[in-house]
Amino acid sequence: MVVFDKTKGLTEEPLHYCPGCTHGIIHRLVAESLEELGVLDKTVGVASVGCSVFSYNYFNCDMIQAAHGRAPAVATGAKRADPSKIVFTYQGDGDLAAIGTAETVHSAARNENITIIFVNNAIYGMTGGQMAPTTLPNQITQTSPYGRDVTVVGYPVKVCEMLKEIDGASYVERVAVNNVKNIMAAKKAIKKAFKNQIEGKGFSLIEVLSTCPTNWGLKPVDAIKWLDENMEKYYPLGVYKDKYKEEK
Amino acid sequence: MAEKVLMKGNEALAEGAIQAGCRHYFGYPITPQTEVAAYMAKRMPKIGGTFLQAESEVAAINMVIGTASCGYRAMTSSSSPGISLKSEGISYMAGCELPALIVNVERGGPGLGGIQPSQSDYFQATKGGGHGDYKLIVLAPASVQEMYSMAFKGFDLADKYRVPCMILADGTMGQMMEPVELIEGEVKKYDKPWATTGTATHEGRNIINSLSLSPAQLEQWNKNRYDRYKIIEENEVMFEEFMMDDADYCIVAFGIAARVSKNAIMTLRNKGIKVGMIRPITLWPFPKQALINASKKVKAFLSVELNMGQMIDDVKLAINCSKPVYFCGRTGGVIMSPDEVIKSIEDIEKGVAQEW
Repeated sequence: MVVFDKTKGLTEEPLHYCPGCTHGIIHRLVAESLEELGVLDKTVGVASVGCSVFSYNYFNCDMIQAAHGRAPAVATGAKRADPSKIVFTYQGDGDLAAIGTAETVHSAARNENITIIFVNNAIYGMTGGQMAPTTLPNQITQTSPYGRDVTVVGYPVKVCEMLKEIDGASYVERVAVNNVKNIMAAKKAIKKAFKNQIEGKGFSLIEVLSTCPTNWGLKPVDAIKWLDENMEKYYPLGVYKDKYKEEK
Repeated sequence: MAEKVLMKGNEALAEGAIQAGCRHYFGYPITPQTEVAAYMAKRMPKIGGTFLQAESEVAAINMVIGTASCGYRAMTSSSSPGISLKSEGISYMAGCELPALIVNVERGGPGLGGIQPSQSDYFQATKGGGHGDYKLIVLAPASVQEMYSMAFKGFDLADKYRVPCMILADGTMGQMMEPVELIEGEVKKYDKPWATTGTATHEGRNIINSLSLSPAQLEQWNKNRYDRYKIIEENEVMFEEFMMDDADYCIVAFGIAARVSKNAIMTLRNKGIKVGMIRPITLWPFPKQALINASKKVKAFLSVELNMGQMIDDVKLAINCSKPVYFCGRTGGVIMSPDEVIKSIEDIEKGVAQEW
């Protein structure tokens, strides 16, 4: 008896992510959600720039590879072209919260009926560990070698806290993939974000706190611990906005 | 014959795009092209289309990418500073082999420049604009009627060759009003088996992508695209010849500069100086052969442009500098008068003009 099988939402292509990176878990959660909702064959995914740039090789659906930060605009064009399709973006923190801030904010303001998976690991992974818009105060990176000095470079951007104030946004939740309980909750949130889109409920963004052992300079287990002790404090988990919460 | 209506160039172009089957327009306001967006905002909701005012030119071109990826005819328009912003997206479209229509109703530059007509984005449009090895098909209308008809042509060429196509109109073309025949042009349908329409609709997965970390593969992609560019150069060159049969001098001009030049040619001919004109309608592919043929007959060329001298490089390259080439240009939003063109030709004939 098969009790656990690989989701049909992922291709056979081996993932290129570093050992201990949690992108793989998040990919699986997205892929499982699409499969379980039965929409895989009418889904168009939008890959971004950063570590997940190659996600178009992994998600088992049609994919568009977008320029840095522009995924929500590309997704807007795709969704408006054919609203019967399920359109999602998969973006990192540099992509979504720095160069793509305008596209993120305005797709939320328009209540664009798309799903955004926002992976926050507090660092630029692909380019080798530079300071991200979400890098924590005093966190050491290649471009903040003495720790992020908020008096010089300012404070991290809290995306969920920002988007909850936007009238257009329907559903905004922050989750993490640092333990089984949180992974289960993350799955639930991601699936709901896609279900919202199927039901025409508009803009959903799920922020997923993720690890980057390679660029944090930590062993995978220590990276999980660092997420527990540092990131979760600065970026509290929870539902920041849910317009349809009252509807049962 | 269809009824003639008086229309602004920008509106004629927007209507042409709609008649050509475009149902998705993404724009951002900028003078002197804003009427395109305003017209689309009025028309699209009435015909089941999408008009969306984006948060920036950058977002607008990426929305075009999203729609074009799904196989639909999509369009954006802007003016010079906005086209610089769109150049990132245009480069991606070239790399992803996406067909779409981009309109530049040019104003004076560089920087914020001005809001009066210009042709100073010739280099940007014909040599690339964004990063990487690529070309755009560039169409240059010289009347409001052509603003209308080039929307058809632009979409058709884009779909036929899977390349982004640009209509490069100067501000005059966008703003002036002329009678237009709203002819129902042929809307050709192209199969788009590559489009991201969901795996339920096709075999395997479709991926729209310009990324390759393999230099050999990326080189091959570029070579394949340039093979297609060669076919375009062989088959899609468009130009107008005006009074070239007996011409001693050949003016080369496009857009409003060609209109001004036509006036000048009539006056010059009344004075007994035989002048003709070659008006490139496709700026890329450039009508090289027409210029080579002309170079065997005429004494000299005069490039008339609303810039500091851009197309003139292509004129000299086309004829391999086999005849003297002179320049008559105004820039910054100033349009030359026919008298300035007339003087340029007279100076050439007197032997007092300076070669470019």
